[in-house]
Amino acid sequence: MSDSTDASPTGDEHIEQSEQAEIDAQRAAKAARLFDIRRLIGGLFLIYGVILVVLGLGESDASIAKSADLNVNLYSGLGMLALSACFLAWAFLRPLGDDPEV
Amino acid sequence: MVFAQSEVRLDTNLVDYAILAIYFVAVLGIGFAAKRYIKTSLDYFLSGRSLPAWITGLAFISANLGALEVLGMAANGAQYGVYTVHYYWIGAVPAMVFLGIVMMPFYYGSKVRSVPEYLRLRFNKPTHLFNALTFAFATVLIAGVNLYALALVLKLMLGWPILLGIVVAAVVVLAYITLGGLSSAIYNEVLQFFVILAALIPLTIVGLHDVGGWDGLKEAVAGQTDENLFNSWEGTAVGNVENPLGASWVPIVFGLGFVLSFGYWTTNFAEVQRALSAKSLSAARRTPLIGAFPKVFIPAVTIIPGLVALATIPGLGGDDPDKEYNNAIPLLMNEYLPNGMLGIALAGLLAAFMAGVAANVSAFNTVVTYDLWEPYVRSGKSDEYYLRFGRIATVTGIVIGIGTALIASGYNNIMDYIQLLFSFFNAPLFATFIIGMYWKRMTPWAGLWGLVAGTLGAAVAHYGNSWEVFDLGSPQAAAFWGAIAAFVADAVVTVIVSMFTTPKPIEELQGLVHGMANLPDELTAEEKVWYRKPSTLAIGVLGLVLVLSIIFW
Repeated sequence: MSDSTDASPTGDEHIEQSEQAEIDAQRAAKAARLFDIRRLIGGLFLIYGVILVVLGLGESDASIAKSADLNVNLYSGLGMLALSACFLAWAFLRPLGDDPEV
Repeated sequence: MVFAQSEVRLDTNLVDYAILAIYFVAVLGIGFAAKRYIKTSLDYFLSGRSLPAWITGLAFISANLGALEVLGMAANGAQYGVYTVHYYWIGAVPAMVFLGIVMMPFYYGSKVRSVPEYLRLRFNKPTHLFNALTFAFATVLIAGVNLYALALVLKLMLGWPILLGIVVAAVVVLAYITLGGLSSAIYNEVLQFFVILAALIPLTIVGLHDVGGWDGLKEAVAGQTDENLFNSWEGTAVGNVENPLGASWVPIVFGLGFVLSFGYWTTNFAEVQRALSAKSLSAARRTPLIGAFPKVFIPAVTIIPGLVALATIPGLGGDDPDKEYNNAIPLLMNEYLPNGMLGIALAGLLAAFMAGVAANVSAFNTVVTYDLWEPYVRSGKSDEYYLRFGRIATVTGIVIGIGTALIASGYNNIMDYIQLLFSFFNAPLFATFIIGMYWKRMTPWAGLWGLVAGTLGAAVAHYGNSWEVFDLGSPQAAAFWGAIAAFVADAVVTVIVSMFTTPKPIEELQGLVHGMANLPDELTAEEKVWYRKPSTLAIGVLGLVLVLSIIFW
């Protein structure tokens, strides 16, 4: 098997270890740019939020009565839009690579 | 009667199915996107050790937030009430803190690629092989149980035939794991975390609103049962057990807390794998600690719906099979959620089921490739070979999973079956790990015989109780005592065998035992920020649990 993926666990040779660390770091940088999951979460909840808010605005009284007199679709939709806004803002304000935490 | 629908059959419409379809597109999209970046087997099995701590931390929680967990904990909420928090506050959280603070330096620092691989380095090949085989076996069974449970819920809620449900779910999971490996599984787990909360939070709020808030809930539940369901530690004194769990604080703290939970969270590779995929030791240590914070609050969205269901659905837990405790959440969905939100809740439940399958399958393919095929069957092949083999192992794992799903359909109580698997395989493993990490004198052969003895100990406790040789109390108490038996049997045999066999030379234990961890000499820049220090996170989450435990005493 190619050694690049198999660090010697007992690690008695320092050279091997530092090479390994370098390869790991390069791969880490590359894979960190995989794709931004924050945009995906933001996007999915944007769609869901819009669907639910539209449904909520047109909700019948009977349907609201079923949900203990709460307009569940409207409020949940607004909540999802807020969640979506947080993730999209985070993704655009701190793009991948800028922030050590993402 | 042919056209009679079950009471749990959801009144779904086109919007709900559209919401479900959008979710499936996102799931498969992640699989295809992740595929483009996979070059080596390490990318496939451990995401190239590249992920940030918030992602691995949420995936860590999500991998366990399968639908069996969600439905099961809501059922426990209806049956045992607030006492169910022990699974979270005494069980999961301290174990996660222990994993992050104490054990992660050995796992991540020694650069092992799996939990069995640690056993190979610390002990010997027989120990490794024994653990790799039992783990692969148990994981594929659990994946099968998840598939079967998913098919049951699809049948109940949507009227799909069992076999169709199993195959559809298996094909979706197969597609995104085979394509994108662990990255795909983990990214999907993060997405699933939010979708399931988006399903459970509105359900909890509507239910609580309907019964008139927390006080209204207490009143409504008091009208249904005489049991005290609103405390967590009342009535757990030894010799004076008066709580719905039927267990004193001894089996709760030592069985559930110390052995079962520590065993599950610190040695189950399906969990540990998430932390091993983190991009640095610091991120790996923070993985379970970050996961512990949402874990503290998850009981709010599982136990409360359980109690609401108890209060509002007449006959819950009675003879009607549609109204068994496990259906508490589907029943509430039907009761309260309008179309639209219903689709979200359905997506959340399906997401949770698929995550339960995916977490096990992605751990299974790694152990089969790195711990069985590579060392014992075909050594020294190219990395491309093992990457290809990993994909084949994934497909095989799922196909066997479908087979075991059909076997699981022969069992009455799925949760008992799973608890049994855990007490057999995880409880002894924790004893071996903790002794092996702290006692340098523990010998390689003690590793193997300790595990074997622990598994036998769990078996004696289980069968002794179920064949009525002795009586361990309620099923919960019996499971907790079984875990204690496995732990003690493992520990005793480990010490005895160590006395009569030769230990490993001390230089071979570098990075594997206490006092010899491969820690970086200096704190990295990211660790110097106070809120990213593992110790800050650990103290924070333990303090939070302490305060909540006092409030809900």
